[in-house]
Amino acid sequence: MARHLFDGTGTLMRFVLRRDRLRLPIWLLSFAAISAIIALAFVGLYQNAEERQAMAETMRNPAMTAMVGPGYGLDNYTVGAMTAHEMLLMTAVVVGLMSILLVTRHTRTDEEDGRIEMIRSLPVGRLSNLLSILLVLIGANIVLALLTAFSLTVLGIESMDFEGSLVYGSALGASGMIFAGVAAVCAQLSPNSRNTLGLSIAVLLFAYMIRAIGDVTNEALSWISPLNWILRSEAYVNNYWWPILMTVAGALLLMVLALYLNSIRDLGSGFLPSRPGKGKASKSLLSPFGLALRLQRTGLIAWGAGILLIGASYGSVLGDLESFFEDIDLMQQMIAQSAGFSLTEQFIPVLMAVMAILGTIPVLMAILKLKTEEKNGRLEHILSRAVSRNRLMGSYLAMAIVTGFIMLSLAALGLGLVGNAMMEEQLPLGMFYSAGLAYLPAMLAMIGVAMLLIGWAPNAASTVWLYLAFSFFVIYLGGLFQFPEWVAKLTPYGYVSEIPIEEMDFLNAGILIVVAAVLMMIGVIGFNRRDIGR
Amino acid sequence: MTVLRTIGLTKKFGDFAALNGVNIEVGEGEVYGFIGPNGSGKSTTLRILLGILKATEGRAEIFGKDSWKDAVEIHKRVAYVPGDVNLWPNLTGGEVIDLFIKLRGGGNLDRRQELIRKFDLDPTKKCRTYSKGNRQKVALIAALSSDVDLYILDEPTSGLDPLMERVFQEYVIEAKKQGKSILLSSHILSEVEKLCDKVAIIREGRIIETGTLKELRHLTGTILLVETREPIPALEGFKGVSGIQQKGQALSFQVDAGEVDQVIRYVSQFGVIRIESSPPTLEELFMRHYEGTGQAVESGAGGES
Ligand SMILES: Nc1ncnc2c1ncn2[C@@H]1O[C@H](COP(=O)(O)OP(=O)(O)OP(=O)(O)O)[C@@H](O)[C@H]1O
Ligand SMILES: [Mg+2]
Repeated sequence: MARHLFDGTGTLMRFVLRRDRLRLPIWLLSFAAISAIIALAFVGLYQNAEERQAMAETMRNPAMTAMVGPGYGLDNYTVGAMTAHEMLLMTAVVVGLMSILLVTRHTRTDEEDGRIEMIRSLPVGRLSNLLSILLVLIGANIVLALLTAFSLTVLGIESMDFEGSLVYGSALGASGMIFAGVAAVCAQLSPNSRNTLGLSIAVLLFAYMIRAIGDVTNEALSWISPLNWILRSEAYVNNYWWPILMTVAGALLLMVLALYLNSIRDLGSGFLPSRPGKGKASKSLLSPFGLALRLQRTGLIAWGAGILLIGASYGSVLGDLESFFEDIDLMQQMIAQSAGFSLTEQFIPVLMAVMAILGTIPVLMAILKLKTEEKNGRLEHILSRAVSRNRLMGSYLAMAIVTGFIMLSLAALGLGLVGNAMMEEQLPLGMFYSAGLAYLPAMLAMIGVAMLLIGWAPNAASTVWLYLAFSFFVIYLGGLFQFPEWVAKLTPYGYVSEIPIEEMDFLNAGILIVVAAVLMMIGVIGFNRRDIGR
Repeated sequence: MTVLRTIGLTKKFGDFAALNGVNIEVGEGEVYGFIGPNGSGKSTTLRILLGILKATEGRAEIFGKDSWKDAVEIHKRVAYVPGDVNLWPNLTGGEVIDLFIKLRGGGNLDRRQELIRKFDLDPTKKCRTYSKGNRQKVALIAALSSDVDLYILDEPTSGLDPLMERVFQEYVIEAKKQGKSILLSSHILSEVEKLCDKVAIIREGRIIETGTLKELRHLTGTILLVETREPIPALEGFKGVSGIQQKGQALSFQVDAGEVDQVIRYVSQFGVIRIESSPPTLEELFMRHYEGTGQAVESGAGGES
C-alpha cells in the first residue's frame, strides 16, 4: 500500500530536471564560480599576513559579527579563514533562497496552476511530486557542495586545502537542504504559492536576524538558527563536520514532516480553512490602486514588521559598537576615516545601505505584481473596463513608491529609536530619518528599471532582481574589497549621500529622480504599445 | 447602424498568423454568434476588439472608434466576459463584482442583487473556493449588471449548468429586446442557434462563412430523409448530394440548394414511401464545413500555455 504513495517518483524527477535543465546548472555553477572569484580576490587584495591581520581586527567589531557571523581563526587570519568567515553566511543565505525558489516553483505554483492535478490523475503516487522535487534538491545541493569544494581546491591557494573546501562546500549544501525543507513545510501550510514564498523567506530572514542578535548579545539565542549551525563548521580552521551533519539531519526531518503534512492535506488548500468574507466591497477597494493595495496588504505589513525588526536589531548593535570603538580605534576597511564624526556615526550609512537594499525587495515586488497579474490573466478584467493602461501602471507605481517610503521610514526609526536607547551619546532622530529617506531616489531608479522591463521586455522583467543582487554585492562588499569608486557608481545606491558623514547632495538625488522618471516614462510608453497576454 | 466592425484584421504572434484578414460586422440590436474550432482565433479577435491585443494589420472599431486608441472611451459602454475567468483568490465574489462594476463607471445595485439571486451565487465566498462555473457566474453578473450598449462574451456559458444556461439566455433575450448588441463566441451550437441573428464561422484565422442563419441554411441546402420501396442506386455520385446516412429503413442526406429539384425527381423513380425535409441544424452546417473539406482535424492545433 504505502509503496504506491511514491509510484512514479523517478519519472517525475527526470521531468523536474528536464524543466530546470538550464535554471539548475546556472544556479550551481554561479555559486562555484563566485566562491572561487572571491577567494582569488582576497588573495589579490591582502598581499601579506599583516594586512589580513588588520582586517581580522576589524572583524572583531560587533557590527561585523552581526553581519557575517562570529569570528574564528582571527589570530591567524589566512585567506581560507577569511573567505570562509566573511563569505559563508551570505552565500548560504543565497543558497537557501535558491532552494526556496525552486521548491515553491515545483510545489505550490504548479498546484495553483492546476498542473499537479493533471499529474495526480495519472498512475502516480500521492506524495511522488513532493518527494521528487525534494530528492532533486538534495541531489542538487550535494552537487553544489562538490562543485564548490572542487573549484576552491583547484585554485591552489595555500591555506585552502581539499578538506576545508569540502567542509565549506558542504556547509553551503546543507544550508540549501535545510531551506528546501523549510520551503516544503511552508508549501503545505500556506494557501498559495505567494504565501509559501513569503513565509519561507520570512523564516530565512528570521534565521539571519536571530543569529545576528544572538551573536552580539547572547549566544544561546543563535542556536535557534540553522544558519548559525553551519557557521560553526569553521571551515579551513577547525573543519568540524558535526554542525553540517546536524543541519542535514534537520533538513531530512523537515522533509519528512512536509511529506506527512502533504499526505493529510487536500490538493489546492492549506491548513488554514478559508473563511467567508464580505459580500460587498468596501469603498477603499474600488479602484486599481485600492485593488493593488488590497492584494499586497499582508505582504506590506509583514515586510514592514521585518524591516523594523532589522532596523531595531542593528540599532541594538550600535550600543555595543560604541563601547567597542572606545577600546579599539582601528578601522581600516568598511569605514573610511573622516574627521569630526564618531565611528558610530560613520557606521550608520553602511547599515542604512544594507537596509535600503533589503527594503527594495518589497518595492520591486509591488511593481512586478503588475506582471504577475498579467501572467495570471487578471489584467484582462481591469483593462476591458474603463481603466487606461496609464492609470493601471500608475497605480502599481504609486503602490511601489508608498512601499519604499514605508520601508525606509521604518528602517530609520527602528535603527534610531533602539540605537538611541542603547547608546550613551544620543544622536538626533531626524538625522537617522534623513539618512534613510536619502535612499528613496535610488529606490525610484530601481522601480524605473523594473517598469522599463515590464513595458518592453515583460518576460525578462525578473532580471531586475539580478541588478538588485549586484547592487547588494557591490555596496555590501565594496568596502571589504576596496572596489574602485566607479564600480559602486554602476548602481543607483552608489549615488546616495552617506548621511551623516556627508551632506545631503541634492544634485545627485535630483539626477537620480530624473533618470528614474525617464525610465518610468519609457516603461509606460512600452506598456501602452504592447499586447497584454500571458 | 454598425456597432462593431473589423476590417481585414490580421494578428501575428511571431511568425504564426492567428488571424488572417478577419471581417465581421455587428449591427445595432443584433446578436452575433462567432463560432469555430479550438484555436481558430475567436478569443484573439475579441481581445483585439477590447484593445488588450494590438492588431498587426487591419482595423477594429466599436461605436465608430478605434478599439486600440480609444479603448477607455469604448469600454464605458461595453461589457466583456473573458474566455477563462481567473479571479483573485483572496477576494470574495461580491467584492470582485463590485470592483468590476465600479471600474466600468457604475452600475445598478438592485440589478446586482437580482442577478446574484437568479444565478444562485454565494458572494461571501473567497474566489479561491469557487468552482469553474461559479467563477464564470461572477464575470457574468458583473457584465450583466452594467448598463451598456454592447456585450462581448467569450464562451459565456462554459461551465454553467443547464439551469444557469437558461437564466443566461433569458438575460440575453431581454438585452436584445432593449436594443442592445451582443457578440458571442460559443461552442454550444444549439445556444447560438437559439439566440443569434447572425453567425460567422471562423477557421484558422479566416472567416469562412457569415450571414443570417437563414442565409447560411439556404446556401447549404436541405436535409432529406427518404424511404423508398426499392433501394436507390448511385446516390453517392449524384450531383449536390452529401452526407448520406442509413437511418433505419430510410436514408438521410444533404442536398445542395440548387439541386433539390433534380434529386427529388431521381428519387421518386424508386417508389417513395416517406419523405421528410428539414433545414440543416447549425451543427450540421458546422460539421459540413469541417468535414466537407476533409482537413478539419488538423486545424485544432495550438492553445496558449
Ligand atoms: N500570446 C500568444 N502567443 C502565441 N500564439 C498565440 C497567443 N495567443 C493565442 N495564440 C494562438 O492563436 C490561435 C488562436 O487562439 P484563440 O485563443 O483565439 O483561439 P479560440 O478560437 O479562442 O480557441 P478556443 O475555442 O479553444 O477558445 C491559437 O492557435 C493560439 O495558439
Ligand atoms: Mg477562446
